[in-house]
Amino acid sequence: MKLLTHNMLTSHVKGVTKGYPLLIKATEVKVSEVEFNPNFVSRMIPKLEWSALVQAADGLGHLQDLPAELVTDYEKNEEFLRKVHRVLLEVEVLEGCLQCPESGREFPISRGVPNMLLNEDEA
Amino acid sequence: MKLKELESCLQQVDAFEEPKILLEQYPTSPHIAACMLYTIHNTFDDIEGKLVADLGCGCGVLSIGAAMLDAGLCVGFDIDDDALEIFKRNSEEFELTNIDLIQCDMCSLRSHAYAKKFDTVIMNPPFGTKHNQGMDMQFLRTALTMATTAVYSLHKTSTRGHIQKKANDWGVKMEVIAELRYDLPASYKFHKKKSVDIKVDFLRFSTT
Repeated sequence: MKLLTHNMLTSHVKGVTKGYPLLIKATEVKVSEVEFNPNFVSRMIPKLEWSALVQAADGLGHLQDLPAELVTDYEKNEEFLRKVHRVLLEVEVLEGCLQCPESGREFPISRGVPNMLLNEDEA
Repeated sequence: MKLKELESCLQQVDAFEEPKILLEQYPTSPHIAACMLYTIHNTFDDIEGKLVADLGCGCGVLSIGAAMLDAGLCVGFDIDDDALEIFKRNSEEFELTNIDLIQCDMCSLRSHAYAKKFDTVIMNPPFGTKHNQGMDMQFLRTALTMATTAVYSLHKTSTRGHIQKKANDWGVKMEVIAELRYDLPASYKFHKKKSVDIKVDFLRFSTT
């Protein structure tokens, strides 16, 4: 599970109104090399919940020097875009779980795949 | 990458080992997958550098093709453990780094779950023939909330009129890109013929 994907995930357990962001509890994390596409990264930034991304990266110990606040004029800032690229696409959670901030329900992550399926009584 | 090359690569993608009939699991043939992806990429430029979702991804043939065509990231969605297992194996074999997977039930997502998060949605959804009537439309409805640019999907030609009406209701534009013959080889015990051709529309939906 990459952090770009994590940034979109919400808990929809019955009764939960604020199931975002999901807290990452990782037991295995991998960093791999992914080809850098500055245009793609730049276009993804407006879609992100920036603070959730920073919180997720920090929780995994992979924040490095990613700023807590989004910088202005990032489109042409290659250095900044590379930092975002690394956090969005190169850091992957392989094992662990995602915890709903409101209900505490844990969604397992196994072999990099988060399982967001709800039981009958939770849906 | 040429169409023939893409098709040739996709022939290496492993399909379902024991397809589950209630989930209507049929593999998308390498030929159909390659034709779809090639058109989406070359005619519409909706793959390269884009955030793509593959709903009901199964073993991942469409996602793997999209990743090979340099999608920024392709995220596959499926409900089934076994299919996702095979998808994982496939993406590892192809050494693709621009793929991610989510296990979930497309039919029980809240309407705003992934709203406008993706540029493009590509899918070969269940047709709704196995006690799951209407599933193709559910997938389509969800896909339309998720995509900002376009949704590409396969649906039975016999449902074209019905889908066009729905598209009008929803305020989306529908284009029939191609009519395909989906060759379904006998994959379940109850299949009597060796293979059957189903007429299928390759559709593009957009908001503009």
